[in-house]
Amino acid sequence: MRYAMAIDTKKCVGCGDCVVACQTENNVPHGYCRDWVVENVTGTYPSLDLEFRSERCNHCDNAPCVRCCPTGASHKVEGGVVLVTHNKCIGCGACIESCPYDARYPHPEGYVDKCTFCIHRVEKGQNPSCVGVCPTRCLHFGDLNDPNSDVSLALKDRKWKVLAPEAGTKPQLYFLT
Amino acid sequence: MHTRRNFIRISSLGLGATVLAGSMAKWVVGANSPKNISIGSNSLASLKPVPTYCEVCFWKCAGWAYVDEKGDILKIVGNKNDPHCNGRLCPRGTGGIGMYYDEDRLKTPLIREKKKDGTQYFREASWEEALDKVANKMKEVKEKYGSEAFGLFNHGNPGASLEHLLRSYGSESNAEPAFANCRGPRSAAYFTTFGTDIVSPENTDIRDTECLVLIGSHIGENMHNSQVQEMSEAIDKKAIIITVDPRFSTAAGHSSFWLPIKPSTDIALLMAWIHVLIYDELYNKPFVEKYTFGFDLLKNHVKSMTPEWAYGITDIEPEVIRKTARAMAGAAPAVVIHPGRHTVWYGDDSQRERAMAILTALLGAWGKRGSLYLPEAIKIPEFPQPKYPTPKWNWKDINEGKFPLASMGITTELLKASIPRLNYKHQVKAWLVGGTNLPLSMPDKKLFKEAAESVEFIAVMDTMPMEITGYADVILPEATYLERYDFLRAAPARVPNVAMRMPAAQPKYDTKPGWWIVKQIGERLGLHDYFNYNDYSEVIDWQLKKLGSSLEEMKKIGVKLFPRKDGPLYLADGEDFQFNTSTGKIELYSVDFANAGFDPFPVYTPHPEPPQNFYRLIYGRAPMHTFSRTSNNPNLWDLMKENSVWVNPKVADLWGLKKGQKVWLKNQDGAVTTFPVAVRVTERIRWDSVYMVHGFGHSDKKLTRAFGMGASDEEMITNIAVDPVMGGTGMRGNFITFLKENPASDKKEDKA
Repeated sequence: MRYAMAIDTKKCVGCGDCVVACQTENNVPHGYCRDWVVENVTGTYPSLDLEFRSERCNHCDNAPCVRCCPTGASHKVEGGVVLVTHNKCIGCGACIESCPYDARYPHPEGYVDKCTFCIHRVEKGQNPSCVGVCPTRCLHFGDLNDPNSDVSLALKDRKWKVLAPEAGTKPQLYFLT
Repeated sequence: MHTRRNFIRISSLGLGATVLAGSMAKWVVGANSPKNISIGSNSLASLKPVPTYCEVCFWKCAGWAYVDEKGDILKIVGNKNDPHCNGRLCPRGTGGIGMYYDEDRLKTPLIREKKKDGTQYFREASWEEALDKVANKMKEVKEKYGSEAFGLFNHGNPGASLEHLLRSYGSESNAEPAFANCRGPRSAAYFTTFGTDIVSPENTDIRDTECLVLIGSHIGENMHNSQVQEMSEAIDKKAIIITVDPRFSTAAGHSSFWLPIKPSTDIALLMAWIHVLIYDELYNKPFVEKYTFGFDLLKNHVKSMTPEWAYGITDIEPEVIRKTARAMAGAAPAVVIHPGRHTVWYGDDSQRERAMAILTALLGAWGKRGSLYLPEAIKIPEFPQPKYPTPKWNWKDINEGKFPLASMGITTELLKASIPRLNYKHQVKAWLVGGTNLPLSMPDKKLFKEAAESVEFIAVMDTMPMEITGYADVILPEATYLERYDFLRAAPARVPNVAMRMPAAQPKYDTKPGWWIVKQIGERLGLHDYFNYNDYSEVIDWQLKKLGSSLEEMKKIGVKLFPRKDGPLYLADGEDFQFNTSTGKIELYSVDFANAGFDPFPVYTPHPEPPQNFYRLIYGRAPMHTFSRTSNNPNLWDLMKENSVWVNPKVADLWGLKKGQKVWLKNQDGAVTTFPVAVRVTERIRWDSVYMVHGFGHSDKKLTRAFGMGASDEEMITNIAVDPVMGGTGMRGNFITFLKENPASDKKEDKA
């Protein structure tokens, strides 16, 4: 099993619903977030391209945050999901420094926090809250090893890219272009 | 530790990237963390879902508020059976929870008092005292001037509560910004052309369209939920999207064709499209022959309006005009010419909307799959009450014969009627205000201020200390939508439906539901028969039972769908159909317009252009906010705290403006923004225009998060181009320039 997410940049409107749904689902304190939206504009008026990307932890196959964690708080669970055990985390911030996606933040209660792919929902057969709420249905989640999962179907006939492939982290967010 | 902004700058994808929602504050150490709602992420099973429909915007999506054992609302999720949202709320609906938790809410009734030295202040009052005061003033106005002199500015459900009170009392002197400051031109145009208005949510069949045409309509930035969802579906189905906008909007970014039009020239483009459809014989001949009136006259009217003619006006190349016209014709009748919503731009807006309606008719794109469908609503049975009294005069009489095709009250006329100096025949002496923050939603602040200072009394019902409350004599703090029963929602849709709102929590502080507030005032006025219930749930239950449901059933399902009774969603091919117009046909030639003395066909007229060193102010929406009402919502503030002024890089170079630099804006009449606004240097806007998201620049310090964040576009809108057809307030004829220093010396006269 390999959980992954595909984000359709041709449909995302950058509304931020994924951000607020994550905050209310996961009790993320005001002022912090586990996911965010990037707007990328290229070209000059009027020859322009616009891309919105809903970004979060890439749950990398080769996760530098897990490698560098001195306490083992950052760890992988089944399906390749990267999690942080809050009471094992000493808040040293090594993982924050090591992440090329800047996906982690220091929670005011002293530990480092990040996207969990809403594993508590996924275990019950639900989608992550960002996926479930997205009005444009531009987020697709599931098991890459299952050819009929939403994410596999979304990737099937589309071009995609990953962010910072040069970092060698084998990220698991696929941006459909 | 690098910040996300650094990361973006160094990433290979980073050029021009901006983090939108949910970024900047991430690294703020010790960021304020008000009332933390605790979701034990494993305890979701124990949460109780309570049905509601959203009041953060007018789309009113139905959802479930999830409440824990302590009675705290933890999250709101869309109702899967609701056609407004299909189970997916937008960011505002998801963040609606912030309306409930906002610690800046109005907490208790307030009454304006005057100290001996003349300074005024608000003091806390009991409900008894506040309600007595409003009722006594209503009695006094009725005796002195007649009930008609009590006016109302209304919007949404709070406004509807007040409207019921006012009509029971004997006044129909009401107006809502949603008409004359927003969608009124659309109503006038579509009603006169097709005999039926466009409804809300709009009856656009985007999900099955083959060609979606957006003229200044920025779906995705206006987060009209089901429409955004359907646009996404249309993208999946490879529909052609044509977006006409001087700004590279989000929709433009997802379009097959973006026509970067010169602002204020839309009618020329529309007429050229009509010219191509007719003269290249691309229009839907059987449809036009069977259903329309005035084709030959139209053909003659547009004879000279060629793409070449339009090119000189619009900056859109003739070949692009032809190509897009052919794309529409190729997809017809499955074409949506989106009628827009905020349509008050240049004062000839009813005519522009008419051109859009005519284009729609030529394509046969009415009542057909993928065009405009035939909506149907459930009629909510009227709870027993006496007939409303008939006032001696109403909102229409206030206009004294002007704006003959206005179908609702005109806000600016109601303001003018409130100013004795202007000698209106029918004068308004007192106001109720509900659900609308007039100082930030009305253009021409001077007119508003003079009117507000002229009337004898203002009572405002709101949940937040919006700027309008600063003008009130009595402030009535309403419970939020999550804390009250309310009217049943029964908007027209593909499938007739009813949605229910009930309290998910007890009202916080000393706030009360709108229905309760107006009932208390009504009882004091001896109008008990109009408020013949103890709790509004009795009314809902009575109505639902008449419809074959009940309060108990709706508590479990939230939304109920009903079978259509008025026939199918679309017209059959060749079906006979009588349109509700004077000719019984779709009026390409508008008899109503002609009879009222207006051009029966749209005519392009040039509009003023920005003077040297000035730029046209274009304004719009951001998906995470609704007008000015959400700026202080803690969840939505987190997503977007302030607006910016979008400036083309060429213009920024010329002025030496840097990204993020704070500037004050000054308009052609010398008005200056109270607060500075950050410059956003972006290719997404033309060099002759600037763009701002509407609703920021709050000046009430009681809005602790929103105060002073960004600038108010309304402050820059002092020139109103009035639409003679229906009284619309065209607001896109204002031009701004940049002030890099704090213009404190100029500020006195413009300070609200």
